[in-house]
Amino acid sequence: MISLLLILIAAVFFIGIVIKVKAKIAARKMPSVLQPVYDVIRLFRKGAIYSTTTSILFRVAPLIYFATIATAMLFIPVGSQKSILSFQGDFVFFAYLLAFGKFMMIVAAMDTGSGFEGMGANREALYSMLVEPAFFILMGSQALFTGYVSFQDLFFHLHLSSQLSYIIGLASIYVFVYIAMVENSRMPVDDPKTHLELTMVHEVMVLDNSGFDLALIHIGTWLKFSIYGTLISGFVIQNSWSWYWQVATFFGIMAAFAAAVGLLEAFRARNKMEKNPQWILMLSAIAVVIFLTVLIITQKIILN
Amino acid sequence: MDSMLIVLFKIVITLSLALFVVPRRFQYYSTLVLHAALAFITSIWALNTLAASSKQSLAFIPFLGSTLNIEIDPLSSFFILVVNFTSITGIIYAKGYLQSYLNKKNKMEMAWHFFNFLWLHISMLLVLMLHDALAFLMIWEIMSLSSFFLVIFESEKKETIKIGIKYLIQMHVGLVFLMLAFILAYVQTGAEFSFEGLAVYFASHNPFGLFLLFFIGFGIKAGFIPLHSWLPHAHPAAPSHVSGVMSGVMIKMGIYGILRVLMYIHHDLLDIGIFILTISLASGLIGVSMAIVQHDVKKLLAYHSIENIGIIGIGIGLGVIGLAENIPVLAVLGFGGGILHILNHSLFKSLLFYTAGAVYTQTHTRNIEQLGGLIKKMPKTALFFLLGALAICGLPPFNGFISEFLIYVGMFKSLHTASLMADTVLLLSFSGLAIIGGLAIFCFTKVFSIIFLGTARTAKVEPATEVGASMLLPNFMIGFMIVLIGFVPVIFMQPLATIIGVFTSDTAALHELIPTLNKISLSSGVFIVIIGIVWLLRAWQQKLQTVKQGPTWGCAYAGANPALHQYTATSYADNYVQLTSKLVNVKKDFKEFGEDEIFPKPRHFETHSSDVFEDVLITRPTNKILTWLEKIAVFQTGKIQHYLLYALVFLALIFLLTYFNLI
Repeated sequence: MISLLLILIAAVFFIGIVIKVKAKIAARKMPSVLQPVYDVIRLFRKGAIYSTTTSILFRVAPLIYFATIATAMLFIPVGSQKSILSFQGDFVFFAYLLAFGKFMMIVAAMDTGSGFEGMGANREALYSMLVEPAFFILMGSQALFTGYVSFQDLFFHLHLSSQLSYIIGLASIYVFVYIAMVENSRMPVDDPKTHLELTMVHEVMVLDNSGFDLALIHIGTWLKFSIYGTLISGFVIQNSWSWYWQVATFFGIMAAFAAAVGLLEAFRARNKMEKNPQWILMLSAIAVVIFLTVLIITQKIILN
Repeated sequence: MDSMLIVLFKIVITLSLALFVVPRRFQYYSTLVLHAALAFITSIWALNTLAASSKQSLAFIPFLGSTLNIEIDPLSSFFILVVNFTSITGIIYAKGYLQSYLNKKNKMEMAWHFFNFLWLHISMLLVLMLHDALAFLMIWEIMSLSSFFLVIFESEKKETIKIGIKYLIQMHVGLVFLMLAFILAYVQTGAEFSFEGLAVYFASHNPFGLFLLFFIGFGIKAGFIPLHSWLPHAHPAAPSHVSGVMSGVMIKMGIYGILRVLMYIHHDLLDIGIFILTISLASGLIGVSMAIVQHDVKKLLAYHSIENIGIIGIGIGLGVIGLAENIPVLAVLGFGGGILHILNHSLFKSLLFYTAGAVYTQTHTRNIEQLGGLIKKMPKTALFFLLGALAICGLPPFNGFISEFLIYVGMFKSLHTASLMADTVLLLSFSGLAIIGGLAIFCFTKVFSIIFLGTARTAKVEPATEVGASMLLPNFMIGFMIVLIGFVPVIFMQPLATIIGVFTSDTAALHELIPTLNKISLSSGVFIVIIGIVWLLRAWQQKLQTVKQGPTWGCAYAGANPALHQYTATSYADNYVQLTSKLVNVKKDFKEFGEDEIFPKPRHFETHSSDVFEDVLITRPTNKILTWLEKIAVFQTGKIQHYLLYALVFLALIFLLTYFNLI
């Protein structure tokens, strides 16, 4: 229960920190850290417009999308705080559940009959397909390392002690940061602030969503960032630490992750669209390197 | 009891002949009754066997001087139940689907069709129950023949006959391999000419060679790449209830054969496991990639069958590797996932074929580029197609997820203790499975959106209405099973453990998984509850606010018109095609714009894809043979004088050869 609470608190401030950092770098006046929350509250006070082309699917898709993320959140532990649901192979369920949400959003975008939204949907489908193996190889590496197969047990038993294992930790964090960026359609795969629909991925998919539905989609993005941030913190937080130290580190890492996203988006240009697949596959390649490193640590590959 | 059932079973088989004499209006119902009787009798046997987790052997008919027995063990019981369920849904569906053919076909043609449909069911059941090699090969042949006649139902089309012949030839190539394999084992050992005889061979020989022969023979039926090339042609050509049954269960007979042979191999399993796994990974990846570029919905589904046969094979391959490497958890969950996926695939694939057939009866086209917006005209069909699509993509909380989950957990749990070699294999397998899952989502978001969402692309969609009850009832039956397996997988674990028991006695890993599966049910429940809560919240919020209808946002372009500007299947597939152009072999038919063309004229754009394996393995070699045969054809002049001359030359040759003692 506590882990859920921590994730939710982090989610509320996450995007706020990102936009603050971006504004500071662009020398604009910084918005409040709660600005995204105000935006969402405003959306909740609004009605909705549904396209006449759309069907019932368009209306249920945001609900399912939100529910997949909300359910996925229940599997994530924070430090030594247990997750609400945990079972063997829960990360498989996690990944496929998020894929279900994406399936519905893609289908909903196609439902509007808009060429632009079709394009965004199509790109989202390709990119999320390409990023899938990276996640599985990464989790496979942790399972190989610890011998456990649920988020909770994996992170509980993940003791990074030797020099080689620091490489695993660092590389895993690197890959997870970028998986989070791809899953949330942020830089360098997609630029959420672009003004041209032709160059959008996620933003163009939700062009026809409004009011309550759009608010849910925004909250979904916060939660997703918070979930991946928590997973990243799992590589750093050790169970032997006292609880306040763990919580402090958790929020520290969340803030650092948000700041990193802000910095990345402020300084980096979006990839060329056709370079995206290569770039995303690179994440899988790094994940394979992690897998090999674990094989060396567990002395299955013997170097001399 | 059993002797009575055997007699009944024989009576039902004999009664199939009565289909030719009953009046036309009773034809369908007689077939239905016979199917139901068959399913009832054999399901009792199967359920008894599974409940007692033992084997049954019943005397069937006298055959070549001895008695031919029906043998039912847990493995065949499982397949019998799957075959029965899909055949029953198929025959119920056929009532509505065949409506439009009733005035085109005469009484005998319809009787012949029903007779073959019934015999496909009978032959599949007998394939599962006969162990004598000769009887098995004969009934295997009957299965191929009856399905051949079902495929060429629309025999007035030339294309259909061509496809039918192609299917028939490839099935016989498969049969030759099976015959060779059985004979080889028989000649080498002198043991009985049956599956049991194989055990003797495998005990004393290296099993790989003989297994390879069996794998090719059965693999042609199952549709493993590169043995698959009949499949993407036969499924679209056949009527939808036939494609549903063929793709749902008939191709699984190949898997059954492979599993049956594997049962008797107890040593040198590693090579076999890696072989099955490699072929299966290739089938999965190439199958789904080819599916993405198809425009014909049934051809697309056929390629997905290849993909799913790949997933089943991955499970079985991992199971065999688990046995070889002595990793019980991998063996149990590999076989368990693979076998459960056989059931799952039979469910969602028949559902998809039935709904695709429903669309075909309403719009008379299988080309998805001509469809669109059908969810408003056929809402139930659309939702069932969506259910099938979600299930085939392996998304929770539906059945496809459960079988893939078993395979995944088996892999991840064995990583820590496995050897370096096994770990490498596992790494490739789970990344492969993840990519296959992602591509399946890519493909089914495409096909579902293009057929059912947006607006109509051509006028063919206009007259479509929801199909009748007989075409929807099977969907409800299958849909119920899909949701049942997805939400409460636990109830299927005990039977599954019994079935896996034929491969490994240590099925503890499956029982250990029961708490996990309960938690999956719980998580699925939580998921549904959250959807419900958010839905209620939105209903409340939208009651307070105004909800309006309007056109789709055209991004400030006033002329935006969904009918003209919406995405097409070709454009959806394009970015994937660019990544894998060599593999999917898509050719674009388009003249580029010239530099001096200031006002370009209207242009024509077309894309074609062809199957690389079919081109390289079937078309090119047969074309080469054909060119040689054409050269030989010069001798066929059609003049009797020339033929007499050939006879004379032949006689002279014989004479000379004998004269010089050469023969």
